[in-house]
Amino acid sequence: MARLEQVHPAMRASLLAMECPTFDTHPWVAGPALRQRRVALISTAGLHRRDDRPFAVTSGNARAIAGDYRVIPHGIAANDLVMSHVSTNFDRTGFQQDWNVVFPLDRLHELARDGVIGSVAAFHYSLMGATDPSYMEASAHELARLLTQDQVNAVLLVPV
Amino acid sequence: MREHTAKITPPRALWVPFELGRPLGVPGNAGFQIRVLQTALRLLEAPSGPVLVDFPEDAPPVPNDATLPACPVSFAPLPEELSAADRMRATLQREIGQLRPWYDLAVSARGRTTVGVSRLTPEEIGAFIGAFLDGHTPPNPRSDIPIAALFRYAVEDLKAYYCEAIAAQPRQKAVDSQTLADWFWRETMAGRVLFAVQEVCQHSDVPGMPVVAASFLIPRARSAESPFAKA
Repeated sequence: MARLEQVHPAMRASLLAMECPTFDTHPWVAGPALRQRRVALISTAGLHRRDDRPFAVTSGNARAIAGDYRVIPHGIAANDLVMSHVSTNFDRTGFQQDWNVVFPLDRLHELARDGVIGSVAAFHYSLMGATDPSYMEASAHELARLLTQDQVNAVLLVPV
Repeated sequence: MREHTAKITPPRALWVPFELGRPLGVPGNAGFQIRVLQTALRLLEAPSGPVLVDFPEDAPPVPNDATLPACPVSFAPLPEELSAADRMRATLQREIGQLRPWYDLAVSARGRTTVGVSRLTPEEIGAFIGAFLDGHTPPNPRSDIPIAALFRYAVEDLKAYYCEAIAAQPRQKAVDSQTLADWFWRETMAGRVLFAVQEVCQHSDVPGMPVVAASFLIPRARSAESPFAKA
């Protein structure tokens, strides 16, 4: 997201220096038509229910909490979703004004109502990311299991 | 970023040209958000991959009549004998109070607020953050989390309180994120207090506080604007 040339120079240098994993294989899975898809959202915006534990990072525990995730039920009220991501380097006013800018749950429900997608998953998830992706592998497998259990066959991974 | 996605090559990816923090483009524009979502979902119909598609639209611009938010009005002068830190604290509390009716209106109008991760009231947040100005560590009002973590949550709550409140003022609903950020960091006592507290807390001996102050308080794009940074 965002054009690199529009990002502040200090941020741009940091982003360009970021190491990215590469892979020898390219998994590919086909599935049913879109109107038969059960769709879940996974956000890396550090979102959670208001009464849930905020995301926390302290020196020394980064690896231990890297795969930390929160559960977001599909019927959550907008006022019950808050953000505790550690980064100060992205805009939060969009989320303040309209949660769908970051977590488009209302839009998903509308797409299901209109028959564009089959249904909305019972549970959605948020992580914080901001870490080495390999530290999140165990949680990724756990979330895949939970999504399968929820009969989800399409996931929108929404970064921030 | 698109550059990262092109290296990682996930099975399906939609690159969007929107600013960081707004992956669906614009608040309050369901039609636009639906178009972004549908473009992403249609990637599921691609016959093979990996696919990396560019969303073809920029976010709609903010209407031309958006103006800089009005600065909090000037207050009655503070007693001369107050220290600089006390003056900042008092002004911060006045500013928070000034914005309270607008914040309450914003919450009522939207039916939601993002303030509350710290579980402190806006007034308590102002007092808590202001207490760090002298280089002392105030008592932790919560017993369940470390004070450095609470400090970070309180700072984010403070920023959210200000931005949610100011957006409720006349003709400020559609103000863009850059204008809001400029206002907060350049025009408010809250922004000034955070710059000051950052300088102080980078030298704190409280576990975790120097890291929070150095990395999780002030956006990187604003760090050069601190009036307290040492040359």
